[in-house]
Amino acid sequence: MHIKQEASERHTLTVIVDNEPGILARIAGLFTARGYNIESLTVSEITDDRSVSRITIVTSASAHVMEQIIAQLDRLVPVHKVTDLTALGPHVERELALVKVAGTGDHRIEALRLAEVYRAHVLDATINSFVFEVTGGRDKIDKFVELMREVGLVEVARTGVVAISRGREAA
Amino acid sequence: MTEKSGADILIETLCDLGVEVVFGYPGGAVLPIYDALFKQDRIKHILVRHEQAATHAAEGYARSTGKPGVVLVTSGPGATNAVTGITDALMDSIPMVVITGQVPTALIGTDAFQEADTVGITRHCSKHNYLVKDPATLAAAVHEAFHIATAGRPGPVVIDIPKDVQVATAKPHKPGQNAQRYQPQTKADPAGIEAVVDMLAAAERPILYTGGGIINSGPEATRLLRELAALTGAPVTSTLMGLGALPASSGQWLGMLGMHGTYEANMAMNRADLIIALGSRFDDRVTGRLDAFSPNSRKVHIDIDRSSINKNVRVDLPIIADVGSALADMLAVWKSRKHPTPDLAEWWRRIDGWRARRCLDFADRQDVIMPQQAIRSLYEATKDRAPIITTEVGQHQMWAAQHFGFEAPNKWLTSGGLGTMGYGLPAAIGAQLGNPDALVIDIAGEASIQMNIQELATATQYRLPVKIFILNNEYMGMVRQWQELTYQSRYSESYSDALPDFVKLGEAYGWKGILIEERGQLDSGINDMLTHDGPVIVDCRVAKLANCFPMIPSGAAHTEMILEGNEVSGEMDDEAKALV
Repeated sequence: MHIKQEASERHTLTVIVDNEPGILARIAGLFTARGYNIESLTVSEITDDRSVSRITIVTSASAHVMEQIIAQLDRLVPVHKVTDLTALGPHVERELALVKVAGTGDHRIEALRLAEVYRAHVLDATINSFVFEVTGGRDKIDKFVELMREVGLVEVARTGVVAISRGREAA
Repeated sequence: MTEKSGADILIETLCDLGVEVVFGYPGGAVLPIYDALFKQDRIKHILVRHEQAATHAAEGYARSTGKPGVVLVTSGPGATNAVTGITDALMDSIPMVVITGQVPTALIGTDAFQEADTVGITRHCSKHNYLVKDPATLAAAVHEAFHIATAGRPGPVVIDIPKDVQVATAKPHKPGQNAQRYQPQTKADPAGIEAVVDMLAAAERPILYTGGGIINSGPEATRLLRELAALTGAPVTSTLMGLGALPASSGQWLGMLGMHGTYEANMAMNRADLIIALGSRFDDRVTGRLDAFSPNSRKVHIDIDRSSINKNVRVDLPIIADVGSALADMLAVWKSRKHPTPDLAEWWRRIDGWRARRCLDFADRQDVIMPQQAIRSLYEATKDRAPIITTEVGQHQMWAAQHFGFEAPNKWLTSGGLGTMGYGLPAAIGAQLGNPDALVIDIAGEASIQMNIQELATATQYRLPVKIFILNNEYMGMVRQWQELTYQSRYSESYSDALPDFVKLGEAYGWKGILIEERGQLDSGINDMLTHDGPVIVDCRVAKLANCFPMIPSGAAHTEMILEGNEVSGEMDDEAKALV
């Protein structure tokens, strides 16, 4: 007997929650306890009084499991609202990455040129290194990091995806 | 306003919320609360002998009275011992509030004596939990905890209170009841109600599939279910947790469905053209193999928990509502349209054909007591007294579900979802406290009863006349039955060796002990148990190798039911072995 895997698709969810102790563990733990995937998770306070946080979760699951993920999140007491941005329609997703590259000569020139193409900013420079800041969709950042590997990538820090729906209405 | 200690605020808040009984066990981190308990006389504290039993007793109290059960235990081992019961209450949707002591705030995270990360451990086995760090917020947390435990789909809520928070003082602050952030939907969308009434009026082969949600919704939901059944003439089956919602004596009752359900209930589910699920959740023990589950029916699911919808079985019409409220709405629509009772004669003719298989029949014997007969004799002897029955987990539990007739809700207390051996005795204690005049019987197995046997002392201390009726076959019978089905009868560790003398054991705790060894002693033994004014433990020796049928093996369809033991194959493939 072998373990079977189900086909899955990627969705971006936003979850509005009470900003109380343990909320992140509650959300993350729900995913592990029920066997759901988390590809990325970001969280930050979004109100002046810091009482409410917005969590963006990128997850992949079959359509059936996706429905369960949303329902399971929605019934947690501190959760106000769950929105499936992918199902909702047009939305924008952005991620920020800090990319450290070390090298001299041609590698250094090439790194700077590629950074320009990708509209990455130089946050820190030494005689033999750069730290770039790049924002964009996951694919763009993946590609940028891949290119930097060729010219002396040292390390990468990524924020994970934040997302918001297009148009004038709140999701 | 003068300030009060956290412990006093807690006790006062519990009183405000109408708490009468707390099941608990003291320890270092709850001493301030126990001192506050000592100085008052409004709340009765029941001292159990193990914290797991406190949680099951609270469940028994809650399930039999409809009120939330309350538990008070210390930090560390007190809290971890309570985890099984908290999980049990989550799975079976039992309203419960568990108060745990915690080491002082400054010591949290230092691996202090009797420290455990209680909120971490219970985060996913409770409906919600709290670590209260300020006595000023304690009353609000307790109020919200009771609201969450009882509103929507009920469940356990844990409040962890560090010892310094119990001692520190604050001004008691009573929160407004209408300010609750947790407001689950309880009223159905009218369009859904109209649609389900249309479907029910048009169905040729409908079936009502009811669950524990009917019991949780309260007695009114039971009354409404009975009215709907009478108006529509539809057959009714139920999960293990829903027994008693429709009287077992009703002509429309098909018996329990699922793995150990009746032939007629499972066949009717399979052949139905409309299933209306009422407060039930399409559990794997109910559905059998999913791709063969009721292939030709339209399915309506009425449930208060949105996450139960489409979890295991895709349904055609989901209705999110309290099942009692939805039933009232359905009846109102049905009556306003003046629907006649549908003609289901052909459907009932087929059901009667399945009933004719008499799937629960067994050969009563004189040389040995058949366990099914023991349950039936117990039922006959007690049915006029509307007993509350609790069980442990295993064959005896399924035989009780099959052969004991339940006529009313809140009379059947069993661990359904989690399947917790050791549930029955403490649950019986909790039920007896909530129903002092009721006859409360724990139908047990000789293996399960030993998992919380220490609670004999609790019943003795509080003079609770609970009865334990052990079907003693010297095996963990359900384990042995599966080993016969799946592993060619290799009885790996399923024999109950070194059993105690239950009669002497009972007597050592101040109980009356009765031994029933022969068929001829069965009725008189039961009668002796019932006439004794105090707790009784009955050791009823039954046929050692009897098995529980009908049975749908794991991963089989409703139509692939094993009706008798001689159909058992003895070996299964790996796919079947991997199923629970």
